[in-house]
Amino acid sequence: MKPVKTPQQAIESIKDGASIMVGGFISCGRPVPVLEALFEKGVKNLTIISNDTEKEETGIIKLVRAGRVSKFIGSYIGMNRVIGDKMNSGELKVELVPQGTFVERIRAAGAGLGGVLTPTGLGTAIQQGKEVLTIDGHRFLLEKPLRADFAIVRAARADSYGNAFSPGSSKNFSLAMAMAADCVILETEEIVPPGELDPEKVTFPCVFVDILVPVSKAAKGDSNGR
Amino acid sequence: MEDKKRARIAKRIAAELPENAIVNLGIGIPTLVTDFIPEGKGILLHSENGFIGLGPAPAPGKEDPSLVNAGGHPATIVPGGCCFDSSMSFAIIRGKHLDFTILGALEVDEEGSLANYTIPGKFVPGIGGAMDLSVGAKIVVIAMEHVNKHGAPKIVKKCTLPLTAAGEVNLIVTDLAFIRVTPEGLVLEEIAEDTTVEEVIRNTGARLIIAEKLGRF
Repeated sequence: MKPVKTPQQAIESIKDGASIMVGGFISCGRPVPVLEALFEKGVKNLTIISNDTEKEETGIIKLVRAGRVSKFIGSYIGMNRVIGDKMNSGELKVELVPQGTFVERIRAAGAGLGGVLTPTGLGTAIQQGKEVLTIDGHRFLLEKPLRADFAIVRAARADSYGNAFSPGSSKNFSLAMAMAADCVILETEEIVPPGELDPEKVTFPCVFVDILVPVSKAAKGDSNGR
Repeated sequence: MEDKKRARIAKRIAAELPENAIVNLGIGIPTLVTDFIPEGKGILLHSENGFIGLGPAPAPGKEDPSLVNAGGHPATIVPGGCCFDSSMSFAIIRGKHLDFTILGALEVDEEGSLANYTIPGKFVPGIGGAMDLSVGAKIVVIAMEHVNKHGAPKIVKKCTLPLTAAGEVNLIVTDLAFIRVTPEGLVLEEIAEDTTVEEVIRNTGARLIIAEKLGRF
């Protein structure tokens, strides 16, 4: 059984300087209530690892705008210009990673692998400073695993063991992130007793989840990127 | 560019797609290809944020917050579609299970190299899925205007902007031309119905090999 906490309790151990993976694709599957609690807490010097950001002034964008984030690792920063502006002014370090490499580096960390060999980025700026290996006649870039102190992710439904289900395209990066962080905080719109979640429809096996945070559907802060 | 010309590019690309193809469409002109995919050919669209079977936008009031397209806008999934996480989505892309990717470009060159993610100092939105898509898809199609907003060629001898991928482009379809990237160079196979070979050459910054049987589209 996993502890059930409020957003404020769930982030108690997140301190200044923490690295945090955040699930979500633009607004889809974005764990906004826990991010809002993090904003209220005032922690700073954070490394945020997220594929992209919301378009509107919620979650990651609020943290970045308030100067709480010192480094952002992701594949896309074009949704809200505050990231680019802070990057250009030198306030924020940004590491851009191709999207497939981003998720696979995270998955590698969570799967106990020493890295990823990918053809993506060969002959581009992404190759700079990286080892190129030839395997069976094909060239690959060596990309190192990416892990974090915390992962904050979201699901629609979880059972009390922490098995959880995310529908549609809301799974995105959350499963890989839940595998690759020391402490995984899972927001869920519903917590059900064991047995009520179809074992065939589990997105997150319970082993990856540490803390359950019930949130209401209405608190999703989801305007679908419009 | 006029809507008519953009539609012509999309229509020509749609005609290239074989039955049962799995296709990923980028934003801009590539998105218009959807309008010209005939029903009944079994073609399914891959959305890199986690599903195959991207359908039209939902009716107002029918939006599902857990289903969006790669631009973050509400989407639908067609019968026969399936959902997965991002790791699976990019395994599909890099693992050569995606038949076509249709992308926009800032520059494409004689070697089939592509630049479409940044103009240093001006425009740095990020990479997104573009590098994986152009390296992974079996066929990479560029859909773009033949020249940029200043009238300068976008098809060049060697890209000057940072590359998205080196030597991965197979086809370039513009408002003026249908060009195939081959080991010998760029082959001009078809020209638009309202242009001439001379106009295409004048607006291209790379050497073009003119096909023996030049088509029109």
